[in-house]
Amino acid sequence: MAMKVYGNGMSVCVARVLLCLHEKETEFELVPVDLFACHHKLPSFLSMNPFGQVPVLQDDDLTLFESRAITAYIAEKHKDKGTDLTRHADAKEAAIVKLWSEVESHHFNPAISAVIHQLIVVPLQGKTPDAAIVEENLEKLGKVLDVYEEKLGKTKYLAGDSYTLADLHHVPYTYYFMKTCHAGLVNDRPKVKAWWEDLCSRPAFLKVSPGLTVAPPTN
Amino acid sequence: MVVKLYGQVTAACPQRVLLCLLEKEIEFEIIHIDLDTLEQKRPEHLLRQPFGQVPAIEDGDFKLFESRAIARYYATKYADQGTNLLGKSLEHRAIVDQWADVEVGYFNVLVHPLVMNLVIKPRLGEECDAVLVEELKVKLGVVLDIYENQLASNRFLAGDEFTMADLTHMPAMGYLMRTNINRIVKDRVNMNRWWEEVTARPAWKKLMKMAGF
Repeated sequence: MAMKVYGNGMSVCVARVLLCLHEKETEFELVPVDLFACHHKLPSFLSMNPFGQVPVLQDDDLTLFESRAITAYIAEKHKDKGTDLTRHADAKEAAIVKLWSEVESHHFNPAISAVIHQLIVVPLQGKTPDAAIVEENLEKLGKVLDVYEEKLGKTKYLAGDSYTLADLHHVPYTYYFMKTCHAGLVNDRPKVKAWWEDLCSRPAFLKVSPGLTVAPPTN
Repeated sequence: MVVKLYGQVTAACPQRVLLCLLEKEIEFEIIHIDLDTLEQKRPEHLLRQPFGQVPAIEDGDFKLFESRAIARYYATKYADQGTNLLGKSLEHRAIVDQWADVEVGYFNVLVHPLVMNLVIKPRLGEECDAVLVEELKVKLGVVLDIYENQLASNRFLAGDEFTMADLTHMPAMGYLMRTNINRIVKDRVNMNRWWEEVTARPAWKKLMKMAGF
């Protein structure tokens, strides 16, 4: 039976899982969850994810939430097909993949998600973005990207010379970020820019990006 | 060869690694990085950890940072030694990962600023943001209700055995329990039961002794 992913293609965390499924050439069924009607807060959904968020993965008896736990599971289960996303055959290389995945989770994600929230989500709620929060987090993001610029001067991808989950986890938020007026933060760093353009050339990305349909206001 | 850990034994992230090494019965040496004098921001340490944080490890030629990546590496490398922290089957490992990720996105994101305001700022003579503390307490209460429910039907977070999912929470939880808002855990029956059980483990007791707590 194909894996089921509960969520919508425009959600960053769902897109993370979809990218992984495509990289691993794994069949799945996307089950939409109507977030605007708060279906993710209904008891039937909370029984799958008590934190009431997407995505949720169902694979036979297993129900899993947390997008990065889901990608790790898919990558492990299907380690013998598709892209090697975890370098599972070598413990040290696998640790380096995990290291840069942790960097995305702890250093990159908090800063970029705060910017995206202000520039894309807040206007959708009819409110005005908080410029101070944007500025503070752009500064933090810039410092993280400085570290990436140096690392990507030594290796083609974050965890070495092949594409792994460490790169993949960055893609959905970066895609939205590049639609804002602050794309220069990436474009002004040649190695980061080249890395980003490479990530966007992957077939899995081309399948998932059409679903990332939320956009910042055009004014 | 002995694992070299660069960090401060009282800090939460180095403690996460130390607790793992103790549970796995792996020998280590702590090289103290003095956070009070910002040693972690100096060039020598930035070569080990470009974000200027602790911990970082050196194991022969192998170098790593990010406490959760380090803990996972040693839990995997020494899978057959000491406590099994990863889970037994692929599915169980996924559940362990799930609750370990919950620690990052739901627990630490609230407990870290709480501890900063209730413990670190007073120590530095800075003013605590009382309004923020109240907001964070409310949010943490909602999260801990979910944990309470999980622990009502599971002995530990990911099932019947102690795993990385529990371990990864312990250093920050230890700090939280030493604040004047620890009732937020103590008043929840299953959380309190879980906390008492995990802190009775010999590895935790050794760590607390090393940290002087």
